[in-house]
Amino acid sequence: MLDADFFRRWMTATAASVAREAGRLTDLDSPIGDADHGANLQRGFTAVTATLEKEAPDTPGAVLVLAGRTLISTVGGASGPLYGTLLRRTGKALGDAAEVSEEEFAVALRTGVDAVMTLGGAAPGDKTMIDALVPAVDALPDGFAAASAAAEEGAVATTPLQAHKGRASYLGERSIGHQDPGATSASLLIAALQEAATAEATGE
Amino acid sequence: MKMLINVAETVVTDALRGMAAAHPELTVDVENRVIVRRDAPVAGQVGLVSGGGSGHEPLHGGFVGPGMLSAACPGEVFTSPVPDQMVRAAAAVDSGAGVLFIVKNYTGDVLNFDMAAELAEDEGIQTAKVLVNDDVAVTDSLYTAGRRGTGATLFVEKIAGAAAAEGQPLDRVAAIARQVNENSRSFGVALSACTTPAKGSPTFDLPPGELELGVGIHGEPGRERRAMMTSGEIADFSVHAILEDMTPRNPVLVLVNGMGATPLLELYGFNAEVHRVLAERGVAVARTLVGNYVTSLDMAGASVTLCQIDEELLRLWDAPVKTPGLRWGM
Repeated sequence: MLDADFFRRWMTATAASVAREAGRLTDLDSPIGDADHGANLQRGFTAVTATLEKEAPDTPGAVLVLAGRTLISTVGGASGPLYGTLLRRTGKALGDAAEVSEEEFAVALRTGVDAVMTLGGAAPGDKTMIDALVPAVDALPDGFAAASAAAEEGAVATTPLQAHKGRASYLGERSIGHQDPGATSASLLIAALQEAATAEATGE
Repeated sequence: MKMLINVAETVVTDALRGMAAAHPELTVDVENRVIVRRDAPVAGQVGLVSGGGSGHEPLHGGFVGPGMLSAACPGEVFTSPVPDQMVRAAAAVDSGAGVLFIVKNYTGDVLNFDMAAELAEDEGIQTAKVLVNDDVAVTDSLYTAGRRGTGATLFVEKIAGAAAAEGQPLDRVAAIARQVNENSRSFGVALSACTTPAKGSPTFDLPPGELELGVGIHGEPGRERRAMMTSGEIADFSVHAILEDMTPRNPVLVLVNGMGATPLLELYGFNAEVHRVLAERGVAVARTLVGNYVTSLDMAGASVTLCQIDEELLRLWDAPVKTPGLRWGM
């Protein structure tokens, strides 16, 4: 079962991973965006970590709703509302249970991903974060490691695609040949699930 | 790349502190990142709120004041502001007559303003939205995020601001703003990429001897790259691109806008070429504005915006305005 601590660790691990990879995210965002994805997400997840420490919500749903709201209030751009909605809607779908099963989490995360697709209007293949999130949600019943691998694979697979949404879409065919920064950051978020679970197993 | 900054993380707040020091007629809330005209809310007047990423100065904060915007929300560099800023701005300027959000068509700006509109409605503030999408370089709106908002934003903010100052109601101010957007088209070129403070190096690689046609205002590359052209050739290409998309039946407002690093000497020369092409194409010019108004940090280059204008819109364009970035008649 996954408790509020697990979801707090998930957010902390994401913050650390985004901070580690901020330079790479910004580099990916240069040729097909505006070179700020790393800095923006780092600002957001740093705020999430600080807010979760201060307010210490005690259910999985409350952790994710608060994390999502914090992202909406601090990130800006498209990433703020999109990642914020992903976490907030996943959190709302978890309700107010003190613990949730991995299966319940998988269902809730799909609700969150669906909400992101509705808000941003992107479908799989548009070269967006959805290309990492949908494979991850599909693989989640097989465990966090499988979801992480699927997200990473989905992010890499955006390279040959032409962008149809977001700022990269203005480049037309010239967006081909670049890995999507949003799909890449989404794969970091999913990979952090595995880290949160490992930390639990080793009692960290 | 050398920059006149302290550290990249504080460029926006540093600039806001400087605006506060320079413009006592504005209320600059540095912490919450909202710029409001000091006499807001103005009784009986619709409030005009715009905002967007920083790096386009004087847009939007430099257009706050009587006859134009009531408030502006600056985001991080090239990053949409957050809904909290927009709701705070709306609350500060709402006199009860409602608030018009002027939103440039970028995914982030649209999502954040839409969230803000919902939150503002919850607080009892009536809002309307106008989306600015004038950039003809985006030809494929179906498989992209749609046409970008660029130079026409200035026309929308000025003309809607004049309508609001006359006490026209929200639905009317919104309709005028939409009409200005529908009547406007823009096309931009870059002679160099720009450098964001966070990255510290140019956002794309533009070799000497080449220019980028159809750029937006965020340092993103454009539609195509060609060997460097003369000012006259760029004017031909840009104006033709606009007139392929719009056939003006009325005289036009012309904005020849610098991207930030192109001297006025070059912009005026370019304006002469733009006027030459318009004359060749039989398009009458009502008014012309030349300068750096909707910039892209330190990008070299320019954009042309044309707006078809009838007598009523021209009257509103000529109405007095008093902002840091645009001022006449008062």
